[in-house]
Amino acid sequence: MEKRELTCIQCPLSCRVTVSGEGDQLKFTGNQCKQGIEYARQEVTNPTRTLTTTIATAFPDFPLLPVRTAGEVPLGKIFEIMKVIRAVQVEQRLKPGDVILEIIPGTDKALIATADMCEGVSAVVVK
Amino acid sequence: MHTDVLVIGAGPAGLAAAAAAAEHGAEVLLVDRESRPGGILKQCIHDGFGVIRYEEKLTGPEYAYRDIEAVRAYGLRVLNNTFVLDLKQSVDGFSLLLQNPIDGAFRVDTKALVAANGCRERTSRQVFIHGDRPAGIYSAGTAQNLINLHGYLPGRKVVILGSGDIGMIMARRLTLEGAEVAGVYEIKDEPSGLTRNRVQCLDDYNIPLYLNTTVTRVHGTKRVTGVSVAAVGADLKPLPGSETLVPCDTLLLSVGLIPENDILEPLALEFDAKTGGPVVDQRMMTSVPGLFSCGNATHVNDMVDYVSESGFNAGRAAANYCQHGGSQGSVEVVSGNNLLYAVPQRLVSGEEAAIYFRSDKTIDRVILVAQAAGKELFREKYLRIRPPEMQKIVLQPLSPEVESVEIGLEEVT
Repeated sequence: MEKRELTCIQCPLSCRVTVSGEGDQLKFTGNQCKQGIEYARQEVTNPTRTLTTTIATAFPDFPLLPVRTAGEVPLGKIFEIMKVIRAVQVEQRLKPGDVILEIIPGTDKALIATADMCEGVSAVVVK
Repeated sequence: MHTDVLVIGAGPAGLAAAAAAAEHGAEVLLVDRESRPGGILKQCIHDGFGVIRYEEKLTGPEYAYRDIEAVRAYGLRVLNNTFVLDLKQSVDGFSLLLQNPIDGAFRVDTKALVAANGCRERTSRQVFIHGDRPAGIYSAGTAQNLINLHGYLPGRKVVILGSGDIGMIMARRLTLEGAEVAGVYEIKDEPSGLTRNRVQCLDDYNIPLYLNTTVTRVHGTKRVTGVSVAAVGADLKPLPGSETLVPCDTLLLSVGLIPENDILEPLALEFDAKTGGPVVDQRMMTSVPGLFSCGNATHVNDMVDYVSESGFNAGRAAANYCQHGGSQGSVEVVSGNNLLYAVPQRLVSGEEAAIYFRSDKTIDRVILVAQAAGKELFREKYLRIRPPEMQKIVLQPLSPEVESVEIGLEEVT
């Protein structure tokens, strides 16, 4: 592996951690504590992120539903997942946590709604 | 109609204030200009909200949903699509003229008023960008609204001026939706947003961040065709000869937020020039008795958790004010060495107080000291402190003879 420079985000120090070496022989420099090693190891071996985006709905008053992956997915698969998600349309009014896809193809995670599409707190007529 | 506590704004601060006021026995009316509650959280579909309050990384809509459910559980009266037309003090509180599509214009009298109006984005006119006024110039928040709530992509090739959090988050969002982000240009020598956002929004997607660089001119008449960017010197002025053209069809601005308090102008309250918001005490009471301020209307917070916290404080205090009256605390908080600002600016003696502050520059190894009349009240060490990352300390109740508290950061040499 060629050398990689990362910014550790475990604490405000934001150490620049340099990673070099291969497989079990990874070398870390620049970190000021152990957290930097764990962070950098994860980032160079299997970086994962929660993907948040929107999908289309069938409801003109709520045209887009915000969604996220239920847990982190591989960073390298994000664009692939976006492609899958883009083809989905919501036909029912959902609430946060409602499952849209049990398993997103290519991952082991579900796709869930994050917003409440049902009626908001309704206006009260004042007289 | 009458109420005890009227809350303006159903974003995170207003929702928290409304719930807290109801919990403490007040009759509450929550007024919001939008059709659905949640404020800006509705369009903040990314995660990272609630890390302190829930120890979870929620998305904006998920965070708002919890507070909206809490407000619903109290059975509060909420008026959507409702605007404040006029606001004045009355004999026993405040009198507001409101308007909405269902009720028309109507007057509401309230004993206490909580202003949770939030903040607004700085515009291109406020950062003095020269050139024509073609289509394709947006604030980062406007682009976020268009993409996340309406499904419109504002452009195909985008330059972002300023490295505020919303700008960096939009750089990622635009990339995910198929636009190309040519770069994020920051006039200062470090990003103005959180490090986490630089790593996960820019580095993850190989979006370049140019420091000590700014946009000097916008090109295009009908639509943006490009921008000129230039390196800046230590005085932040463009260096002659460093200008280059970056072709793009869209320019996003992420150049800071300003508390929005225009509707409070008739009340002639005391403002803090450093925060842009009203001067408050730890109960969030302003210089006008019975008028409370909270959330980003008081000062721009970096975390929603703190916004909610100030809302809870304001709501609880507003409910208590209805019962017991009172006025703003008189102990002055002086923000000293290396501080950009500290909030609250006043304290009520005999009550614990959370103080929120920002440093005026990035400093390594620094000690925060709070003192009153030469006596140290509090001390905390920080390995590194950066202006974008707000800090919070808690002061124990002050004794009645204390007249002012000075807070400052001392560098460890």
